[in-house]
Amino acid sequence: MLYREVGQFKTSYAADQAIFPIRQDRIGSIVVLLVAFAVIPLAANEYWLRTLLTPFLIYALAAIGLNLLTGYAGQVSLGTGAFMGVGAYAAYNISIWLPSLNIIVVLMLAGLVAAGVGILFGLPSLRIKGFYLAVATLAAQFFLSWAFIRVPWVTHYSANGIVTFPPLVLFGVPITTPAGRYLFTLSIVAVLALIAKNLVRGNAGRSWMAIRDMDIAAEIIGIRPLRTKLLAFAVSSFYCGIAGALVAYVFLVSVEPAAFDLDRSFQILFMIIIGGLGSILGCFLGAAFITLLPIFLNRVPTSLGLPLSTATISHIEFMTFGALIVFFLIVEPHGLARLWQIAKEKLRLWPFPH
Amino acid sequence: MSGHRLIVSLLSAVLATFALAGLDTAAQAQNEQFIPALVYRSGPYAPNGIPFANGFADYLALINERDGGISGVKITTEECETGYLTDRGIECYERLKNKGPTGAAVFNPLSTGITYALIERAPADHIPIVSMGYGRSDAADGRVFPWVFPILGTYWMQADTLVQYVAMQEGGYDKLKGKKIALVYHDSPYGKEPLPVFQALAKQYGFEFESYPVTPPGLEQKSIWLQIARQFRPDWTFMWGWGVMNSTAIKEAAAIGYPRDHFIGVWWSGAEPDVIPAGEGAVGYKAGAMHAAGPVAPVHQDIFKYLYDKGKGAAKREEVGQVLYNRGMINAALEVEAIRTAQAKFGKKPLTGEQVRWGLENLNIDDQRIEQIGFDGLISPLKLSCADHQGASKLRVQQWDGKNWHSISDWLTPDQKLLRPMVEQSAEMYAKEKNITPRDCSKES
Amino acid sequence: MNLSFITEVTLGGLLAGVMYSLVALGFVLIYKASGVFNYAQGSMVLFAALSFVGVLELDVPIWLALLLTVAIMIALAYVVERLVLRPLVNQAQITLFMATIGISFFLDGFGQEVWGSDVHALNIGIPQNPIFLGSILINQFDLIAAVVAGSLVAALALFFQYTRVGRALRAVADDHQAAMSVGIPLKSIWVVVWSAAGIVALVAGIMWGSKLGVQFSVALVALKALPVLILGGFTSIPGAIIGGLIIGAGEKLSEVFLGPMLGGGIEAWFAYMLAMLVLLVRPQGLFGERIIERV
Repeated sequence: MLYREVGQFKTSYAADQAIFPIRQDRIGSIVVLLVAFAVIPLAANEYWLRTLLTPFLIYALAAIGLNLLTGYAGQVSLGTGAFMGVGAYAAYNISIWLPSLNIIVVLMLAGLVAAGVGILFGLPSLRIKGFYLAVATLAAQFFLSWAFIRVPWVTHYSANGIVTFPPLVLFGVPITTPAGRYLFTLSIVAVLALIAKNLVRGNAGRSWMAIRDMDIAAEIIGIRPLRTKLLAFAVSSFYCGIAGALVAYVFLVSVEPAAFDLDRSFQILFMIIIGGLGSILGCFLGAAFITLLPIFLNRVPTSLGLPLSTATISHIEFMTFGALIVFFLIVEPHGLARLWQIAKEKLRLWPFPH
Repeated sequence: MSGHRLIVSLLSAVLATFALAGLDTAAQAQNEQFIPALVYRSGPYAPNGIPFANGFADYLALINERDGGISGVKITTEECETGYLTDRGIECYERLKNKGPTGAAVFNPLSTGITYALIERAPADHIPIVSMGYGRSDAADGRVFPWVFPILGTYWMQADTLVQYVAMQEGGYDKLKGKKIALVYHDSPYGKEPLPVFQALAKQYGFEFESYPVTPPGLEQKSIWLQIARQFRPDWTFMWGWGVMNSTAIKEAAAIGYPRDHFIGVWWSGAEPDVIPAGEGAVGYKAGAMHAAGPVAPVHQDIFKYLYDKGKGAAKREEVGQVLYNRGMINAALEVEAIRTAQAKFGKKPLTGEQVRWGLENLNIDDQRIEQIGFDGLISPLKLSCADHQGASKLRVQQWDGKNWHSISDWLTPDQKLLRPMVEQSAEMYAKEKNITPRDCSKES
Repeated sequence: MNLSFITEVTLGGLLAGVMYSLVALGFVLIYKASGVFNYAQGSMVLFAALSFVGVLELDVPIWLALLLTVAIMIALAYVVERLVLRPLVNQAQITLFMATIGISFFLDGFGQEVWGSDVHALNIGIPQNPIFLGSILINQFDLIAAVVAGSLVAALALFFQYTRVGRALRAVADDHQAAMSVGIPLKSIWVVVWSAAGIVALVAGIMWGSKLGVQFSVALVALKALPVLILGGFTSIPGAIIGGLIIGAGEKLSEVFLGPMLGGGIEAWFAYMLAMLVLLVRPQGLFGERIIERV
């Protein structure tokens, strides 16, 4: 009953093609943006801003990148962490080379470098499919992890391989407070998410989905697999690269190569699995789930007053995480985004039974 | 359908717990000093992390049990599992830094990666970091790193003292000319840290130096050891390993017939979890040590008496005195002494991070004090200062005989003439990058 | 660069590769018989090794410990089939793959919780001394591992080719629904397959545990086994061995000869690069089944 589109007539093509055609959706999204931009920085405490919300946004961005590649274009990739790392180290080198360059430009350039590397490692996808491709992307992951620590100019000849990023300065104003960093990240992620949403609704997204569903048929009707797949790798790595640069600038500041290793790739993969493959909203939901879940699991025993050792709590965390993944796959293989869709469907009738 | 309901209820439970956890403030007693413990009791480095965490926890419990706290101020502690991951370390730090009536007293990250990340945050939050025997070697320069304390030693120091030991075995530094020394290291910032010092020493004393990186986690090292033992054939090999890489390396060395008594590991490669899996092959293996091994000190007797005899120990009784257990104990003891030092100036009450920092910087543990706290035979005296956050520390070499570690050298002092300029140069670079003005130690009390 | 050194490196690599094959065999078994890429194989290796060592430490004789651990692995297979595979029957491959990731997390936590996170030394009497063939150094342990792996492969190949159960397994791998309609009991087949993979994991766990000590990092051998898998093909048992030999030798030779030019530490990615290059020529691996796609 709440969600009906009764009475909403579209009178122009633009209105019909809007991302949120239904007024309730538009209002909902404006409310969410208001809360995110205005309410949270004022209301949330430092712990939430620094440890939960800012990483959540950054990982959601990386999840968008991976979802474009795996969820929309169907190319399973386990090299996300490495592409994030490329973005981070590229941003570092660019900021050393041209220190006066605006941070936004630095991020964009870092993303472009990551996109280039992504195209390079995406070339095998033209011949290899499915799991074989997933394992081939591991080659990218391991090679780049090695390069981060062994190729001297990547870390600007740092003796031990750890790079410390310069302070974050936007248009001359240093951004040091947790709220400031949160807003900075939020703006970038919001803009990029909007661009991604429009990409998948447009020609690029449709050709990706065609390749994902039936790549031979897609080729027959004229979609060029080379271009489409490489474009998917490029855009995906662009997003992951910017996410990696953000991780370095905003979250870690002191970066070692282990921050972009295989575990990171799997973490992002879980986010899109649980959030929903092929859905931009799903990236955010999945990122929230994966970021919050370990902390939740860690705190529940103590808040329930159970005297468990940290080791046991950590083991239970692992077990619960694994069990939850299986549980989600059994109950809703399309992820949290699908749950949200179902909820909206139900809202059309609720509170009426039929 | 019921599955969907389950998911929704699960998610609501998560969100509800979070909402409530935001209000999570247990009633705090006022006269307590909170010392957090970042540990890893699970994951790939758990075998090394568990004894350290136990030693740390046991010593703090001992102070409470035996002495009633530090001058009557009881110590509260909370362990937070990091699994050696930087993300989790940061989360633990943020969560625990404000706990207790005066906030967290000091943090021990127990991981080089987490240390680097916390160095960016803790100074702004005014909480000191003790990175005992790991982390940034240039943090020994307290003028640039006022909040970081690599007490008892850094990697650069260890590199230099190991070469000293080798020189002693060969009969003097002049005998080193023409000899071959290899380094097997964990391919990570931790492992790469000593390289500049080894290269500088090789140039200075004329020995041939080759380094062999091992990709983490280091499960398969055959090609490395074939290169080392069959191609390079060094007279001595050092190891900067961690976790499974240590035991694998020792096994490979044994399998290929490299003499174990010419194989010396750094102090993070010289503990029971590293040698036990290698079994017979580890006999004769040597490692650097910043303290003694075994339950040999009076404080161990106290731990048995006040904790284990009453069933309150964190570890199993036979694990008390293991290398990493002792290390955790010493880490805790240094912090307790620092708090005590600070209490002498600021009063016998719970102290803030600022005050504990002062205590650390003015920490002076001499022979007499070592005896008083029951650590005789375990550590050598140390004294920190504004410019020197390391303390005049010494190292020695120990050897595994299949059952125990035995000290086989005297306390060796690192060559500060070589090291200190390197430390100061590196610290200066950091200061320039971060726009930090180094403190002027002569102006401070 | 003398010939004996090259021979040593090659031999060492071949033997190391055999150790990888032991782990890869488990992957191949499950993929061949149920079409599932079992990411949890590494965790199964760790779990089997942990259980074996745990039981041994209770002062149980080796043969009994072996039997008990085999029983544990069969029980695990049964639980996995009941709770994970049955509800997910006929789902997309990627869904099943992700479910196995969940299983691996669960096993990691469960194994460490039950048996502890400490490192356990495992010594069942396999000699580890270096022996010299002329001037060439070989390790006894590696030779024994090679023999073990070889016999395991032979046994499994015979099993799949010549027994009823083996044929049923291959039928299930081709098409679940068709196999069911011919009357093959899917559930029991899966229990059999996962038990077999569990036993292979146990053997691999014992060999790797003797080499490294039984600790969490043993689960990471799965990452070493993946290039073997892609090189040999996901569905071929002999491919696992041959892939292992190629990857093992390739890795070591590249590390020793190419490594110093690039700074060292190239083993890990070189294996993957090698496998990937082979894939570019043969997209299904050297011995894998040709993937026939229809529109």
